[in-house]
Formats: sequence, C-alpha cells, structure tokens
Amino acid sequence: MTVNKTSPESIRQTKAVMEEIRRITTRPWNIMEICGGQTHSIMEYGLDQLLPEEINLIHGPGCPVCVTSLELIERALQIAAVPGVIFTSFGDMLRVPGSSSDLFGARARGADVRLVYSPLDAVKLAQENPDKQVVFFAVGFETTVPAIAASLLHTEKLGLKNFSILPANVLVPPAMHAILQSPDNRVNAFLAAGHVCAIMGYWQYEPIAEKYQTPMVVTGFDPLDLAIGILMNIRQLEEGRYEVENAYPRYVTRAGNLTAQGMINQVFKPVDRQWRGIGTIPLSGLGLKEAYSHFDAGTRFDIQLAQLQESPLCIAGSVLRGVAKPINCYAFGTLCTPSNPLGAPMVSAEGACSAYYRYHKVN
Amino acid sequence: MDVNFPVMEGPVCPIPISQHQHIVIGHGSGGVLTHDLIRNVFQKHLGNVILNQGNDAALLRMWQEIPEEQNLVVSTDAHIVSPLFFAGGDIGRLAICGTVNDVSMLGAVPKFLTATFILEEGFPISDLECILVSMAKAAEEAQVKIVAADTKVTEKGKSDGIFISTTGIGWVDRQYQISGQSALPGDVVILSGPIGNHGIAVAEARGNLGFRSQIQSDVAPLNSMIAALLGAVPNVHVLRDPTRGGLATTLVEIACQSKVTIRLQEESIPVDRDVRSACEMLGLDPLFMANEGKLIVIVPSDNAELALETLRKHPYGQKAVPIGFVESVSDGQLLLKTPLGTTRHLDMLAGEMLPRIC
Repeated sequence: MTVNKTSPESIRQTKAVMEEIRRITTRPWNIMEICGGQTHSIMEYGLDQLLPEEINLIHGPGCPVCVTSLELIERALQIAAVPGVIFTSFGDMLRVPGSSSDLFGARARGADVRLVYSPLDAVKLAQENPDKQVVFFAVGFETTVPAIAASLLHTEKLGLKNFSILPANVLVPPAMHAILQSPDNRVNAFLAAGHVCAIMGYWQYEPIAEKYQTPMVVTGFDPLDLAIGILMNIRQLEEGRYEVENAYPRYVTRAGNLTAQGMINQVFKPVDRQWRGIGTIPLSGLGLKEAYSHFDAGTRFDIQLAQLQESPLCIAGSVLRGVAKPINCYAFGTLCTPSNPLGAPMVSAEGACSAYYRYHKVN
Repeated sequence: MDVNFPVMEGPVCPIPISQHQHIVIGHGSGGVLTHDLIRNVFQKHLGNVILNQGNDAALLRMWQEIPEEQNLVVSTDAHIVSPLFFAGGDIGRLAICGTVNDVSMLGAVPKFLTATFILEEGFPISDLECILVSMAKAAEEAQVKIVAADTKVTEKGKSDGIFISTTGIGWVDRQYQISGQSALPGDVVILSGPIGNHGIAVAEARGNLGFRSQIQSDVAPLNSMIAALLGAVPNVHVLRDPTRGGLATTLVEIACQSKVTIRLQEESIPVDRDVRSACEMLGLDPLFMANEGKLIVIVPSDNAELALETLRKHPYGQKAVPIGFVESVSDGQLLLKTPLGTTRHLDMLAGEMLPRIC
C-alpha cells in the first residue's frame, strides 16, 4: 500500500518522531545519508530544520551523477561525437560538466545524444537503427544495475551487434569503507539507502557496522521514513549499539532480491573505480565479465583522452566526503549555480550543492 | 539508348503537380503553389474579410473600435512543440492560446492575431489542415481574428515539421495597473487550477512516460475568464500564466520584478493525483512543469474573495484556490511552507528539467 507521504496522519507521525528525537538526544551526532535521493527529500521537506541542534546531517557521495569520474564523462563525450553513434543516458547525466563541455553541448555540436528512462529503451533504439551504434551510459548505484544487466541479456538474446554500454556503475559498501577509513571522518552513523538494499539486501553492511562500530539503518525516502531512520540511528548511538537495523521493511529484506542479484552477477564483476572528487576506491565499481566484455563501449571505440582538468575552485571532493558543506564553498551560489555548475554536485537534483541551492537558500 | 528512359518527342515543359499530399519546396516559392496553398488550405480554415483581402498588410480600422481611454497591447510568441499533437491539444491551439493569453496578462482584450508558418518540405498537408482547423476553433473561442499570415518552406531536415509564430494585438483600459511589478505586501496569490497537466501530457505524447495516462493538456484561451475577473475586480495587481518553467519559476519572476517575498503554502497548491504520481515516477517536480491554461492572479486581500468567486464561475477557473500571499518587500524571493511547517526556498528552473536517476 502506498501511503500519501504528506497525508495529515503521516505529517503528525513525522512530527511525533522528531519530538522523540529531541527527547532522547543528549550530545552531538553526525549522521550521513548515503543516498542523493534522501538528501533531496530532506531538503524538500526541510527535515533538517526540525532536528535538534546536536544532530548534523552529512550528505554522502550517493549521487551517482556527481561521483562519475571526469575521465568517464570525457570518454562519454568522445564516444558521443563518433559519427554513426546514438549516445543514450539517464537525464541528469546530460548536464554534468566534463573538463570542457557536457553531453547537451555535444548534442548542440551535432552528436546524437538522447535521454532514455531505461536501458531497455536504448536497446529498442538499437533494434530500430541497425545501421547505428547505440551506446548506453551505465551510471548509477546498485539500483540501476539490474535493468542494465537485463538489457545486455536481452541484447544477447536478440543477437544485436550494435548495442554497447559504457560501464560506470558504483557500489555503496566500498564507499562506506572509504569514508569510515578516512582520517578526517566525522560520520557517527549511516542512513543506508532503502532502494539499494531492496535489491542487494543489507547483510553486506553488517561486517562494516561491526568493524567500524558504526550503526546503520536501512531507510526509505518519505519524510516519515527518514525521520524514523534518523531516530533509530540516534537510539543506537545513545545506547552505544552499532547494528544494522531495517526501517524500511515494507520493501527491504536482509537477503534482498535474489533474482536481480543473479542477473547482476552473471554480467558484472567488481572492479576498481575512480570517484570524482574522492579518488580510486578498490572494487567499488562494476565492470563487465569476460563473457560480456564485447558489450564494453570503452573498448569498442578507440578513444584517446587528453589531460583532464577540474575547476580549481570546486570543493566537490570535500562535500562528497562529508568534510565540508556546500555553503563552505567560496564559489557556492555565486560562481557556481545550477545554471552554471562548476562541479557535479550542483547539477543533479540529488547533488548536495544543488539540493542546498534549491531548498536551503532561505536567508 | 537506355530502354527505360522515357522517350520525349521534342521539347517538353513539365507543369507542376498542383495537388500535393505533402508540402514541397515550391509551396514557399511565392508562385502558383504558394497561392494554391493559401487559398485551398489557409484561407479555407482561417479566412475572414481582412485576411482574404490578400494585401501585403492588414488595414485595421481601429478608431471605430478603440475608445479613447484605451492603450494598444502587442505580444509575440513562437511555438515549437514535439510531438505536434498531444492529449488535449496540438501546436495550432497552443499557437492561438499562447499569444491570446500573453496579451490578456496585461488585462487587455485580444482582438487580432498574425501568424507565420515555417513548414518543412514533406510535411503532410492533412496534418497542416488538422492544425489549421484547431487554430480556427481556438480563435473562435477566444473571439480573435487572424488578420495577416505568412508561410515559408524550408528544405527537408532544415526545420521540424511545422513552427508557428503568432503576434497578438489588443487593447486595454487605462484604468488597469496590471503588471509583474505591481505585487504589494499583503496581496493574496490565487491559482486558477491544478498544475503540471500540460507538461505531463506532452511528455506522454513523446513516449517518455513508458506508461499510458488519462492526463490532458490544459491549453486554453484565458481571455474570457480574465474579462470576467476584471469586470468584478478591476483592482487586480498581477496576472501571469505559468507556462514554461512552471508555477515556481513564474512566481520567482514576479517576486523579482515587484521586489517582494512571496510565501506559498505547499498543501494549497492543487496538483491532480495522476500528475503527481507521474511526476514522482519520473523524478520531476510539478512546481516546475509547464501549463498552458492556468492563471496566477495577485490581488489585494480585500478583493481576494470576490476574485476567487468570479474565477470559480468560469469553466477554466472552477478549481481556483488561494495558494499564498505577498509577505514583504525584499530583493525578490519565493518561499514555500512545507506540510511539516518547515520553509523551502524555490528558485527558477535552471536549464531543462532533467529526470533524476534514482
């Protein structure tokens, strides 16, 4: 059953949970929401304004658009510019700046760049355009991977030779390791992303919670879900526990969706991946297994990349690691705005800088 | 000699085919084909005494109609939409309503329109006729005459089917002080009905939704509703239709023009359930979705009740509601009170609205 997330009843319950948080909080805690969708909801409903001063929400690296490396974006731009290529991507990837342009810019210069809602739509394009090479930019966390794996299995079944992907998917657990190992880590607890866990389950988080003595709560996206996730984390912190708890049982089980995991494991394997602003995290991305490597657009097209340059003003790396807030950035809201983004977190609605700009510029 | 080659007995001068199913480049030549197209297609649907005179310009004998205390109002708008036909409307209805509404937003009564058609070689004439029928119907509903028109044809691939640019002329009583700069602290912000329907209807027609919905575009001429409103409440401060960029972008524009802070109540902003669901599935925000038949009215609070009552009596304003108020003088900002009682800052839409990944 879908509950209206702003029904009077859910508003009343959210407020009651916020009251409970105030009641039990005795000292400062930093809680990181790992997922950009959660950052978006927190800002949209102003949940941070309802929390006691002691509770600091840190916006994690969970915007897939934001963490896609400059190198992969440049590669995408160059592949898109190859004559006879139809380059397809999810929407908010189109405006992420590379070192000199974005995919919209490539389109304006004549590249055939198209927005799709699903990789299966890209496969359909490949069927309809047998004389073109259709490439899908495979970005996203574990949430987008099952559909991408399915699109490759479907392509194979159809015997299509003109569809490939540029693999750029990233994984949550290695990013958590990286954040918790960092010497400047301030995170005391995590809100784990409900939709990622719906697919992958949450058993993988248990050793991380144990190793770093950091509580985690699987959390959804509605205001009430988020409030409950925060409350359960604070309870653990105040009681000195560090477990993985599930505040999203209507969609998430410990084991996750085994069919989806089966498809992912058939097609993909963990590989080292560079995260924009963070650096390379071991085994944090998904690459194609040997049997499916012929679908890799990175090898299908011979691309030479020049030296890449990030904007020197942008502190996206610190924002994505949770060390700085967007408002700590010299360029925030002046030189860097959603219309003229210097870094990726200002582009996607899920990006921390964009969410701050859109919802938080109250005074 | 190639046996398949037609044998010509002496010089021949091919006569152009006059009955085309599609636009050909000759339709833009200014010659016979152009005249045929104007007479058989454009005049057939849009014709009236002034247009049919066929002069280079239309002579409008306005002194017979414009009383002395009126000002002339002009607006122009180009219309491109893909696809050309969508649930609830098409580019033709859009081209009439868009300009009629723009003229009306100063409180003016739109009277005459001009229209320019950029047609792409190969465009089906049957589609053109459907669009013209729709324009004629919308013009009749809005009580405006198309008094001048022009057609150009581009080579195939140099444009996209059909572009229509319309210019509207109307007049306005000098007593009205309606402008985006006129919002004052204390004023009430009224919205004439639910938002986002046009944006979603077009997205569906593009095949972007991946599912079918019953959502129809709201494209409509708003001039008769505005005339009724001004008849009852002449003291309206601002009229604006929240088209591209949606309600939020339009109100930010007004806030900046009037140098005020506008505060909205999120729960009062009407969004149809289907539209809300579609937006949630696609990662879009209805506050930024385009509308083509909605009206924002900003009036002094004393007049708000009467304004609402008048709007609700009109078919296009039945669901009119107050959604907020002008709070104070500032450098121009739009605030939204969420159902949780928190405050969210709304800004203009930056570039194209992009669906989110997760």
